[in-house]
Amino acid sequence: MLILPELVVLGGAFLFFTASLTGKAQPQLLRTLALLCGLTLFASVCIASQANGLLFFASYAVTPYSQLFKILLAGAFLFVLIAGQKLTSIHSSVQAEYYLFLFLGVFGLMLLVSANEFILLFVALELSSFALYLLVPMRDDRDGLRPQMEASIKYLLFGVIATGFMLFGMSYLFALTGSTSLPAIADAIQQGGMPPVALVALLLVLCGFFFKLAVFPFHFWVPDVYQGAANETAIFVATLPKIAAVAILIRLMQFLPPGHEQFVVLLFAVLALVSMFYGNLCALVQDDIKRLLGFSGIAHAGFILLGLLTLQEEGYGLAMYYISAYVLMNLACFLVLCALAGKGQNLRIADLHGLSKRQPILAFILATGLFGLAGIPPFAGFMGKFLVLTETLNKGHLLVVVLAVINTAIAIYYYLLVVRAAYTVDDDSAAAAMPSPSLLTTAAGIILVLAIILVGILPAKLITLATTVVQSLG
Amino acid sequence: MNQLLINNGIPWLNVLVGLPLAGALVLLVFFGKATFARWLTLVVTLANALCTLPLLSGFDGKITTFQFAHLYTWIPQLHINYVVGVDGISILLVALTTLIMPLCVLASWTYIQQRVTAFMVCLLVMESAMIGVFIALDFVLFYIFWEFMLIPMYLLIAIWGGPRKSYASIKFFIYTLAGSVLLLVAIIALYLENGTFFIPAMMWHEYGQGFQLLVFLAFFLAFAIKVPMFPFHTWLPAAHVEAPTAGSVLLASILLKMGTYGFLRFCLPITPDASMLLATPLLWLSIAGIIYGGFTALAQQDMKKLIAYSSVGHMGFVTLGIFVFNLQGLQGAMLQMINHGITTGALFLCIGMIYERNHSRELAHATGLGPHMPWFATFVTLFSLSAFAFPGTNSFIGEFLVLAGTFAHKPFLALAAIPGAVLAAAYMLRMLQKIIWGGVNNPDQSGMKDLYLREILVLAPLLLFVFWIGLGPQPFLDYMNPTLNELLRQLHEWQQGQQLTLN
Repeated sequence: MLILPELVVLGGAFLFFTASLTGKAQPQLLRTLALLCGLTLFASVCIASQANGLLFFASYAVTPYSQLFKILLAGAFLFVLIAGQKLTSIHSSVQAEYYLFLFLGVFGLMLLVSANEFILLFVALELSSFALYLLVPMRDDRDGLRPQMEASIKYLLFGVIATGFMLFGMSYLFALTGSTSLPAIADAIQQGGMPPVALVALLLVLCGFFFKLAVFPFHFWVPDVYQGAANETAIFVATLPKIAAVAILIRLMQFLPPGHEQFVVLLFAVLALVSMFYGNLCALVQDDIKRLLGFSGIAHAGFILLGLLTLQEEGYGLAMYYISAYVLMNLACFLVLCALAGKGQNLRIADLHGLSKRQPILAFILATGLFGLAGIPPFAGFMGKFLVLTETLNKGHLLVVVLAVINTAIAIYYYLLVVRAAYTVDDDSAAAAMPSPSLLTTAAGIILVLAIILVGILPAKLITLATTVVQSLG
Repeated sequence: MNQLLINNGIPWLNVLVGLPLAGALVLLVFFGKATFARWLTLVVTLANALCTLPLLSGFDGKITTFQFAHLYTWIPQLHINYVVGVDGISILLVALTTLIMPLCVLASWTYIQQRVTAFMVCLLVMESAMIGVFIALDFVLFYIFWEFMLIPMYLLIAIWGGPRKSYASIKFFIYTLAGSVLLLVAIIALYLENGTFFIPAMMWHEYGQGFQLLVFLAFFLAFAIKVPMFPFHTWLPAAHVEAPTAGSVLLASILLKMGTYGFLRFCLPITPDASMLLATPLLWLSIAGIIYGGFTALAQQDMKKLIAYSSVGHMGFVTLGIFVFNLQGLQGAMLQMINHGITTGALFLCIGMIYERNHSRELAHATGLGPHMPWFATFVTLFSLSAFAFPGTNSFIGEFLVLAGTFAHKPFLALAAIPGAVLAAAYMLRMLQKIIWGGVNNPDQSGMKDLYLREILVLAPLLLFVFWIGLGPQPFLDYMNPTLNELLRQLHEWQQGQQLTLN
């Protein structure tokens, strides 16, 4: 019962493994199956939401904290599957494999948020990463330029380097504490008396997850992978790994050796601000919408770091709130992109011309997502930004807060460019390239819009929930 | 919370915010025919206007607390509440908003032919947000309304605007948003000082001088862009010119007032020291705006641009009145806010009516309309008289009070503002002369139809208020007097307190 969701997702993976062996499965059948598996996964996560316990010699911890993240993962995954309903950019001969790796990736991420032990943490991270390394190049080659290969190589190389850093850090922590169990290491560090290398080791471990979250300076893969990967893969890369990364980052904050708070705060502040400025300034000149969203993701990762640099449970809870809001808005944007790219092509801003006339509902979903990402009230993005900034200023980081809000002002321009293309420019030539969304996509989009608004205007319960589960960690 | 007079009867203020939102939701769900959207929006906005009447009649003009208040807990972790209420400063602005809205709907009746439902949704959402800004007593609630408004206004300009709508709408959005991001920081800083977002609880506190200055500057940037004060006005002509008639009217009549409302509501009571310290440069900026707006308006060939620049001048009078810190000044500023909303709104409506007929905003294309459009000529003449503060019209009272207050403060400031009043007469009469008579090379205007009944109905209520305020302003002053007196009393006490500590 404790690992019901993990078993379900693993079962799904086996199902697609079998299907890939036969090699004759109907693509339509596969997609329906995937959707059903996603639904079952979500249901099982909800059933297991109250589960609590340690498994496998305490290396696997099922806690309220991990279960909350699993709900987020499974919910986001469901939307990823809905967005990938057509799967136009994956060749039909490898669609079973595509789903196999997709489910294995989710399996890895689910293990990750429950991992209570460094070895398992590493294995889970690699499982999810390798699935992605394979998913990215699976895009159907359409123009012979093979950008997906370039993207996957970049992703792989940067990923391996980040993992190398992480392993190096883990080895130090093991040497210092003689244990690979997360609680044991946290206890040993909190007792004090650790040499400064403990801090270095922690920062090295964090690198592995900064890579997943796309924080500067581990962001180089983002634009190319978003652009090179299929739309349906990009929506996955942009959402689920980031949720898991935040989950682990918050847990690793317990490893902070006492006495180094000032340095860590300074480091996080610098990384956060550089991420924001870099992401936002680069996004200003983008033409490819996925690339633009990639850069905006780097900027948003900076905001999540702001929540972490408060070094307090309230701040961590707000980081959770922020990532949930971010994922909702990102899903909304990518959902529209997937629905509009009839042939699985990358969309440029100009391709959205006339969207609001031809597909008013899609345009509305996209606009909600973009205004949310820009941090305009009453959407979830504003509330997340506002709460994180309040907590940061509460800790006395006035300069950081001022620079962060200046970033909001920069960011609005590129989000508006997309909205403008969808709402104000009329172009009849783009008419043919705009397929109607399926009923399921429309429904999913409307659910996302409602969620973005409701999460934005009624955050009280969610923050309490997030803070409580974070406190249950300690 | 003794600053609140909790209302246990019908929650009128919640109705005012909620009704348009509900209407917008209905339109979104039943994405119906254009006619349905028009009628529904008209009914909703009219109902809202009627809902203002119990507010106006039930308002107790003798007390200075916030009335018709409602308070619900919202985000307890950060002590954020949904709390609304009106006082003498806000009630007239709320009434102005609900008065203008149905007129905007009527003015767009035939003007907007494309995507009517979406247009009406934007209008309704705008109404909610605008009323919300004036009645919010929680800073977060205020900020949410303040920023949220940008989206429907952006769409109004960007979708239904003129040829340069893309440029104008993005400029409007970025200018206002960039101005208000630091406002958010100031709000958070004030919360951390006070432990609450409740606006009245933030007023008249001993903040440090440096803190006050920083908060004031953040406020100033946000509000000065919204007003807009010279030199932050460049978004205004672009946005005004490109916006559809209803958008221009909303911008001029309501949105600009939010800046001056912000000065009155927040700057004076929350950062009194900084306000007094920086009053002199602000006064001179106001003068600069008055003169600059007047001269620029004089040179315009585009009627909408002309009115837009005249707005810069008129709003200069409002900020002038606020920062002289005496009763006449404040009364004049408040009254001038209402007057500008009525008169400039009406002038934009008039220009929109010409535009609907000949699809041009050029003054040269609208010359010599007088013989063909007698009704229109009458209306535009009366509103123009009001715009340059002709005695007997509303603006005369407002400008007179502002100038009287300024004379009492510093006579040479008032002398410097007088040319602005003369300039107003010059540019308004120039426009009026051309529209009604023109010259020898008038275009053929015989095809221009006079106003329809619908258009007369749009302009008539505004004309009524032009003369009502112009001839009998006392009822309006009675609404605002207690609050303004209280504000001044506290400001003077504060000043004396500061002097005592200095001695």
